[in-house]
Amino acid sequence: MVNDGFDKFKGSHDYVTSEALRNAVNVAIALRRPLLVRGEPGTGKTLLAHSIAKGLNKKLIVWNIKSTTKAQEGLYVYDVVQRLNDSRFGDKDISDIRQYIKLGKLGEAFASKEELVLLIDEIDKADLEFPNDLLNELDEMSFYIPETGESIVAAHRPIVVITSNAEKELPDAFLRRCIFHYIEFPNPPLMEEIVKVHFPDIQDSLLRQALTTFYSLRKIDDFRKKPSTSELIDWIRVLIASSTPDEVIPSEIPFAGTLLKKETDYAYFVNTYMKKIQTTKTIDGYETLR
Amino acid sequence: MFTDFFYTLRERKVPVSITEWMTLMEALSRGYISTLNDFYYLARAILVKSEAYFDHYDIAFQEYFKGIKAPAEISEQILAWLKDPFNRMLLTEEERALLDLMDLDELLEELEKRFREQTEQHDRGAYWIGRGGTSPFGHSGQHPAGFRLGGGGGGRSAIQIAEQRQFRNYRHDLTLDIRQIEVALKGLRQLKRIGPEDELDLDKTIDATAKNAGEIELKWRQSRHNKVKLLLLMDVGGSMDPFAHLCSLLFSAAHRSAHFKDFQYYYFHNCIYDYVYKDIERRDAVSTDHLLHTMEPDYKVILVGDAWMAPSELNNVYGAIYYYERNHKPGLARLKQIADHFSHCTWLNPESQNYWNEPTVFMVRKVFSMFELTIEGLQKAVKKLIVKR
Repeated sequence: MVNDGFDKFKGSHDYVTSEALRNAVNVAIALRRPLLVRGEPGTGKTLLAHSIAKGLNKKLIVWNIKSTTKAQEGLYVYDVVQRLNDSRFGDKDISDIRQYIKLGKLGEAFASKEELVLLIDEIDKADLEFPNDLLNELDEMSFYIPETGESIVAAHRPIVVITSNAEKELPDAFLRRCIFHYIEFPNPPLMEEIVKVHFPDIQDSLLRQALTTFYSLRKIDDFRKKPSTSELIDWIRVLIASSTPDEVIPSEIPFAGTLLKKETDYAYFVNTYMKKIQTTKTIDGYETLR
Repeated sequence: MFTDFFYTLRERKVPVSITEWMTLMEALSRGYISTLNDFYYLARAILVKSEAYFDHYDIAFQEYFKGIKAPAEISEQILAWLKDPFNRMLLTEEERALLDLMDLDELLEELEKRFREQTEQHDRGAYWIGRGGTSPFGHSGQHPAGFRLGGGGGGRSAIQIAEQRQFRNYRHDLTLDIRQIEVALKGLRQLKRIGPEDELDLDKTIDATAKNAGEIELKWRQSRHNKVKLLLLMDVGGSMDPFAHLCSLLFSAAHRSAHFKDFQYYYFHNCIYDYVYKDIERRDAVSTDHLLHTMEPDYKVILVGDAWMAPSELNNVYGAIYYYERNHKPGLARLKQIADHFSHCTWLNPESQNYWNEPTVFMVRKVFSMFELTIEGLQKAVKKLIVKR
């Protein structure tokens, strides 16, 4: 009934996935389309590609996109200035253009002899036209180098994973060709699993207190930047390293700077939130005085 | 197959295209999925390209698939039921003998065949799957070697997942968040070549070098920078107080956006008269005329306000709500001045469109194009602002 090759990706031991995510990955692999992953910062989009490569036992090529990246750079770069320089000062034979053609990450992925995973990280950082410039190459899995007259054709279609921070709207023509998945913020049970992957020996009580505090902080709408998964991991690491007693965590929320990265958020936290907690505490303090 | 689902999705404003639909058909024809759950995730991954539409997808999914139990799920249950030795004990001797006679795979094949053939609920027959009959499939019936079908299973069905509507908060027509506003405002980016010449112009360099008989001569050009200038005019106080937080979000987003060449903001109350103010308390005044004289027409202007005031405040000389303002020009004339001076203006209204029935709102709409202060509205406003005149 079910196609044998379909259920290839099952997650890896160090990356917790949801059913929807596994489905999306398998669909993308089976239909040979790029997988576009979006989500809040810190939800593990980049790690997904690493996990796919590990899970399928394939090599991973990472192309980190910057705001200055151009589509051409991913294909190949023709180092003109070097050639010009060599022609004047060097003693190299400059007639062979091939020496000055260097393949970019996409070119590398195409030229590879085996199937691999290509991660295009944070595609929305680049110019608006960037994804459109790549459309043709992603479809055909080949490109032509006019300088040398050769075509680089992919022997095996690489598995393309594209991550986006939702900084920009991606062009429609590009979206049409992708399989889309949105990594939502993990709910408490999933988050527990994720934390346990990073800290297998964590104490239950510490975990529980940390998670409750974390999620109650996330409920506060006034924070400009809510704490994310990676910040929670860092915070727990600090809590463990400093041997903070469990009861202190929800009442004092130590090391809040690991969770709240914006000055306004931290100021709000110290001035408003902690005061609110403290006013409820004073009643207890009065009780204990007697 | 499911073509009506395609149209239901489009009715619910999910932007599905034919190419994506064909991809879905391809995936289905390859037999990748066997349950409604799988279909839910498969279709969502292929058809919906932004989490803003996940909620719309859920609604369309519920609408189209409500009340359907995927047959394939049931055959799994049957197998499980049959494998359970306890259930075998429920059968009598003869039933067990009959059951052993029938090959299990054969039986399942028969079941699949019936599923494909049967198109509606059936009771009391001898062939179709139904209730109270003598066919081998169904329940409350009389066949010795048949088995019970129907009833819920473990795990969440796709319908239940769709009913949860957990993506309601991601819709673009509901909530406003600073990051989203920034994204919408980034649509205002218009890049032109300005600024210092810090990029190597390769073609010109080669030309110049050639002309120089091979001596390298480098030519530079300006790299691209943003040249958009933004002027934000916000209504504060009075009826705008409930929207103060919303406006502050918009303001922060615009303020933080590093990609504007120039960003200026002023406040007013209800309508713009002879002065606008640099602070929310409206003590630091700048004359509107001065603004019109010193700012070039290529500023993009966004006015934020509910346009809700007494008509006299717009139409009358000395109509300003604060008596001491003593404006000689009626508010509406001032607004027209602004619209005439700057090439691109829009008005953002934090009230939903249902409340735009006020006479003053109508009058303001005649002067400026008005949009709601939601992500969608903001995107539309930004589109209006970058259109070439």
